[in-house]
Amino acid sequence: MSDFLGYLLTGLGIGAGFALVGSGLVAIYRVTGVVNFAQGAFAVLAAMLTSTLLTAGLPHVLSELAAVAVAAVVGVLVGIVAIGKPGTDPGTSLIITLGLGVFAYAVEIVLWGDQPRSFPGLPGVATVGGARIQAHYLLILGVTVPVFLALAAFFSRTDLGKALSACASNRYAARVVGIDVRRMGLLAFALGGALGGLAGVLTTPVQQVTFDSDVTLIVNGFAAAVLGGLTRPGVALVGGLLLGVAQTLIAGYGWGAYQLEVALLLMLTVMIVQAARSGPVREAAR
Amino acid sequence: MTLVSVSSLTVRYSGATALDDVSLHLDRSEMVALIGANGAGKSTLVKVLSGLVAPASGQVTVNGRLAQVPEGREVFADLSVDDNLRLGGWRNGRRGRDTTAIYELLPALVPLRRRAAGTLSGGQQQMVAIGRALMGRPDVLVIDELSLGLAPLVVEALAGHLRDLHRDRGLTVLLIEQNARLALSLCSRAYVLEAGRIVLDGDAPVLARDERLTAAYLGGHYE
Ligand SMILES: Nc1ncnc2c1ncn2[C@@H]1O[C@H](COP(=O)(O)OP(=O)(O)O)[C@@H](O)[C@H]1O
Ligand SMILES: [Mg+2]
Repeated sequence: MSDFLGYLLTGLGIGAGFALVGSGLVAIYRVTGVVNFAQGAFAVLAAMLTSTLLTAGLPHVLSELAAVAVAAVVGVLVGIVAIGKPGTDPGTSLIITLGLGVFAYAVEIVLWGDQPRSFPGLPGVATVGGARIQAHYLLILGVTVPVFLALAAFFSRTDLGKALSACASNRYAARVVGIDVRRMGLLAFALGGALGGLAGVLTTPVQQVTFDSDVTLIVNGFAAAVLGGLTRPGVALVGGLLLGVAQTLIAGYGWGAYQLEVALLLMLTVMIVQAARSGPVREAAR
Repeated sequence: MTLVSVSSLTVRYSGATALDDVSLHLDRSEMVALIGANGAGKSTLVKVLSGLVAPASGQVTVNGRLAQVPEGREVFADLSVDDNLRLGGWRNGRRGRDTTAIYELLPALVPLRRRAAGTLSGGQQQMVAIGRALMGRPDVLVIDELSLGLAPLVVEALAGHLRDLHRDRGLTVLLIEQNARLALSLCSRAYVLEAGRIVLDGDAPVLARDERLTAAYLGGHYE
């Protein structure tokens, strides 16, 4: 039983990373219609950068925040390349983000090499209901849940959040009332960059990061996001957590080699079900 | 005083000419109709006036703020009525986004304020779209197809609101309509657009008796 509880809590911690990456995908997709395949790269970049900053002597929290801020800026840069030219269709933008993701590999290998990196997180072990887990897992959850609450409040309570939602709801009408749709798209990319970066800096202490860790993150994040038709951040949170728990349980009971397959299977199932229900996933946002 | 002036406006969509040498004007506190069949170029004119489409040639001058009720209403379907209205004031800055005055103007929206706009009836959505446009505190209100797809009673109610707005606040209105009878009964002047060209214009009562107009636009519209 305490085994199970331990797996559950570590699973939630891992899943929080997927949820953050997934909600970044959702933020960008809702506002711009673009599936951002560079989303995992934000996490890798922020994680690598944090390790460098910590090594250079910067304290914790400051290093992580700086890395998340840089990820947000990189998000804007990706956005400028992907949607900066007016009239670029979302399919083309998607290919551009895919290319930028590969380009990020090159940059990361040049800057940080191809070996796995990590850095210490919250030290110590916590005992919850008889289960002993690394305390850092609780930190991950303790940050992720408030971030999601803040995100929900931002979208539903602030005019800027409403303007982002308006772009998602009806792009033409957004232009009619004078909302700069392209600027909102770049803001969404910044948000996606920050959320991806946060996923990276939070999960790296319990999971090493390599330049190609983005594949695992994007597959799981996408699976989480697709559960909500790529448009509902709340569902992405639940989806990410479920995925994390499912994978940790599978690994915990001895089938660790099949973790990614679980995500892929889930994602495919959801996409097929959604396609059968409402046409292509892309149309679900209209 | 002239609020809107369009002279020799030509608009092309990748070669195809949508508006051809169009000139028109609106004076302050005027209510003017633009009548024309499907594809005549009416919505294109609205888009140029709102700055959403660039003209190929000609001059467009708008002295003041212009807000539009777009064709097909185009509400933010997943957002609440209140959020739809608030966003209508996006250009005003935060302090200009108070919706109280709009609910006083359109009290039928009050019980709907928390509803998602996409769940409303066509007439209610049209009212949201009008309210949203008024939130922009326009000097000129452009309405693209007020009656499109709405029941006659609903159209009558909306027309009443428009008449009141025009009378009580001196709002300048450009009303775009396929229903010429409705347009001529509401407005003092009208332009008739055909295949991108203004083919007829004048005072509404005169146009209502013009044979060219009655033959083309009023024939089938008697109820
Ligand atoms: N985005 C566009 N691209 C190409 N052609 C267009 C576009 N929008 C409108 N048109 C064409 O321009 C003409 C005028 O259209 P529109 O202004 O919508 O007319 P109306 O509002 O009077 O029905 C039509 O022939 C239409 O097919
Ligand atoms: Mg039209």
